Amino acid sequence: MLDAAIMAAEEGSNPLIPNVWELLVTVVGFVVLMYIVRKFVMPAFEKTFAERTEAIEGGIAKAEAAQAEANAALDQYKQQLVEARTEANRIREEARAEGAQILADLKEKAAAESARITEQAHVQIEAERQAAVVSLRAEVGTLATDLASRIVGESLADDARSSRVVDRFLADLETSSSAGAAK
Amino acid sequence: MIALALPAATTEEGFVAPTIEDTHYRDILPWGGEYGVLLEAGFGKQMLLTILSVVLIAAFFLIASRRRQMVPGKLQFLGESAYGFVRNSIGKDIIGGNDFLRYVPWLFTAFFFVLVNNIFGAIPFLQLPTFSHPGSAYGIAALFFFLWVGIGLKKHGIRYFKLAVVPSGVPWYILLIVVPIEIISNFIVRPVTHSLRLFATMLAGHLIVTLAGSAIEYMVMTGNIFLQGTSVLVLVGSIAMYMLEALIMVLQAYVFTLLAAIYIEGALHADAH
Repeated sequence: MLDAAIMAAEEGSNPLIPNVWELLVTVVGFVVLMYIVRKFVMPAFEKTFAERTEAIEGGIAKAEAAQAEANAALDQYKQQLVEARTEANRIREEARAEGAQILADLKEKAAAESARITEQAHVQIEAERQAAVVSLRAEVGTLATDLASRIVGESLADDARSSRVVDRFLADLETSSSAGAAK
Repeated sequence: MIALALPAATTEEGFVAPTIEDTHYRDILPWGGEYGVLLEAGFGKQMLLTILSVVLIAAFFLIASRRRQMVPGKLQFLGESAYGFVRNSIGKDIIGGNDFLRYVPWLFTAFFFVLVNNIFGAIPFLQLPTFSHPGSAYGIAALFFFLWVGIGLKKHGIRYFKLAVVPSGVPWYILLIVVPIEIISNFIVRPVTHSLRLFATMLAGHLIVTLAGSAIEYMVMTGNIFLQGTSVLVLVGSIAMYMLEALIMVLQAYVFTLLAAIYIEGALHADAH
């Protein structure tokens, strides 16, 4: 051993020549270390990583679910608000239409009433005028005959003849007046 | 290699620079000397540190992952960050796909095994990056070499070798040149560089720190006031080199793992390259 070492030193040993024992120790050490890593260290770390990823992703999923729920509720409230507004508008519209209908009905009724009253008044006025005409005609005839008999004597006292004369006179009068009106 | 074997003595009573032999201490439990140069060994500091690294890494991550909590404590957070870094920014980003998790134990173990063993070189009294011994670097690179060749064979069968060395859409007369280059680069240069990169950076850094240390010691011990004064400059320079070395220790652990992931990905998707 000592001789070999001295010989090596004297020759200036080649630094590239390996020492087989050192090589073996390194290889065995590496393999042992790798066994420990593969068996214990790596599974533990990988498991922790996986669990952590799961925890984070689970948390994110939970938050997303809550967010979705909140959004759904918001949509629902908005929907309900829109529905309520539509309903209110519809009711207001209906009330307005109903009011207009009522107003129109009342107006129509009032117009009908006034027309009826006017009609009635016309009829009454016509009737009164007819009555007046009839009574006037009788009175005028009587007055005229009385006046004529006073003027021409008693000969005109015969009722039938005198009324014929009066009727003819009045007819002539109407004809001439209507002709004048036509002209 | 000849240049690396530094001359043992400059002048008769001057500065004796440390050699590569000084980075090997193997006298804790000597054995095996009778098997020849390759097997000439004893249980040395380097092996002790390798075993120590396995114990430290296993203990740390077992404790950090023992009490799993949704909201991690400081220790659990540290462990999870370390694991998540290798799992996501190396495993997931490079290998990707659905089954990258199958290779995460390899990458995770490689990263922290190499990292802790490298950092041993920056810790006073330990002061030995275990991968500055070629055996360790060859061993770990060989493990990954067999891993990615195995992945390629399992995934594509024997056709894997054709997929790995014959690029598609290349005319036959260029293939005559390309195929040997691909064979050499994929199956010889790749595992060699994978190990030598780690080994050489660690050895160089360790030599520089050792050299600076012994130079300071020599200068202070000379009793020459000028040399003693100048040793301050060496000290400042060695601190800067120490910082650089610490950076390289972390960087090489990352590079080693990253390359391992790239090789695995290449074997998995050999038909797409």
